[in-house]
Amino acid sequence: MTDNIKISSKDLNLFYGEKHALRHIDMQIEKNKVTALIGPSGCGKSTFLRCLNRMNDLIDSAKINGKVEVDGQDIYAKDVDPVLLRRKVGMIFQKSNPFPKSIYENIAYGPRIHGIKDKRTLDEIVERSLRGAALWEEVKDELTKSGMALSGGQQQRLCIARAIAVDPEVLLMDEPASALDPIATAKIEELIWQLKETYTVVIVTHSMHQASRVSDTTAFFYMGEMVEMGPTQKIFTSPSQKRTEDYITGRFG
Amino acid sequence: MIVSKKWMGRFIALLTGGSAIATFLMVLLIIGIIVHGGAGHLSWDFIFGSPEKGMTEGGIFPAIVGTFLLVVLMSVAGVPIGTITAIYLNEYVGQTSKVGRSIRFAVNTLAGIPAIVFGLFGLGFFISFMGGGMDKVFNGGTLLWGQPNILWASLTLALLTLPVVIVSVEEAIKSVPRELREGSLALGATKLETIWKIVLPQSMTGILTGAILAVSRGAGEVAPILFTGAAYFLPDMPNQLTDQFMELGYHIYIMSTQSPDVEATKPIQFATTLVLLILTFTLNFSAIFLRWHMRRRAIR
Repeated sequence: MTDNIKISSKDLNLFYGEKHALRHIDMQIEKNKVTALIGPSGCGKSTFLRCLNRMNDLIDSAKINGKVEVDGQDIYAKDVDPVLLRRKVGMIFQKSNPFPKSIYENIAYGPRIHGIKDKRTLDEIVERSLRGAALWEEVKDELTKSGMALSGGQQQRLCIARAIAVDPEVLLMDEPASALDPIATAKIEELIWQLKETYTVVIVTHSMHQASRVSDTTAFFYMGEMVEMGPTQKIFTSPSQKRTEDYITGRFG
Repeated sequence: MIVSKKWMGRFIALLTGGSAIATFLMVLLIIGIIVHGGAGHLSWDFIFGSPEKGMTEGGIFPAIVGTFLLVVLMSVAGVPIGTITAIYLNEYVGQTSKVGRSIRFAVNTLAGIPAIVFGLFGLGFFISFMGGGMDKVFNGGTLLWGQPNILWASLTLALLTLPVVIVSVEEAIKSVPRELREGSLALGATKLETIWKIVLPQSMTGILTGAILAVSRGAGEVAPILFTGAAYFLPDMPNQLTDQFMELGYHIYIMSTQSPDVEATKPIQFATTLVLLILTFTLNFSAIFLRWHMRRRAIR
């Protein structure tokens, strides 16, 4: 069992100043599975996600205690460099954020930073990443075009391609389809299914339909606590907690 | 009662409108007088010639070249320091931190110091202290650096225009969306790599705007260079850092106060002023254009 655990948090607490934003989170995230984090706005699901690649380090007022382990290694230990961690644990944001550079340069950005200079290697990475994000066929003839000129759905897939270009093991997705139309959303969801063969995916979503379509495991957050976690099928059909049931049946949130 | 309120309203409208129009007319008047007095004297010979016969004839080319070299040296010194300060203020210290607030306070204070004080500071610090010290250490006391020259004048001017650069660059850096920084950091880029490859390229227009505004401000200042390097008349162009130089603003000042025949220099004074105005206006307008361009891009 432990072999399959990619990420685990133990009694993780996060404070924004006085506000106790995450309370005693114990969670285990399985390798090569899609784990969905659901819950009403402000419940802490995005905050938890950002703990997993230490993006909360950037917020001065955020203080963390407890443990988060990736492959058994405590990522908040003193000797861990968050820069190296983020290479292993990539992130896709709610608002697609391509760099104002060409499609090619967007993807080559990460590999270049990690020291790859050879043009042919970079070409290969760009093609492989774009194929991995199901975008290659659409953009292969216009790699020099600005990433900002793509449609919203394409931009988000470009960001996914950019994230996988640095060979991460985990992909964190913070409501990746919330700003997209249904067709673009369907493409992203299909992509998430494919991505889990190679990566461990953790996705925050507002849409319960999306959680039920794309995830293997679902965790329900409420008021900074993780109320319940289990196989998606079970969470959506017979949750063991009343609060979970109220939320997924639409009685609040 | 009602009538008097109505008249009060009209009076205020007249007063404010009149003041606004008066300001506008003053600008028109100034430009009009300068163009009227100087346009007739403007010619290629004037722009590319040297002053002759006690500045009553000839051109102003040495002053144009001197001004140009002065502001180039000033930018080389001031823009990098201003940019680095702006980066530090925005990326390394928080908006509310004590360090950040003290630096911002210092920058604002610097912007409020009268230009002549910079001139005196340049004389005391750069020329006597730095230059004099360099002469003692490297030249065995022979005077070389310890006297007014284009290097000390441009450094003094760089100090004066530093706030302009810092404010423009900071504005540009602030307009770079947080999402882009996070996107870069999430790929495993360090803070420095993110600043260097994402934030700075995005702020290039702002840095350029800052440089142009600094140049247009610096090109018109006389007081800071009065004691630090400007010369009354020089037959040769400056070709090393220890040379003195002629400058447009200073040239106008000299002609109108120190010339043996002030009346005879009048057409040249007007024409020189016109050249200086055209220069600073062009620079200001290009800065406005760049800013407009930057805003438009930021909205997209």
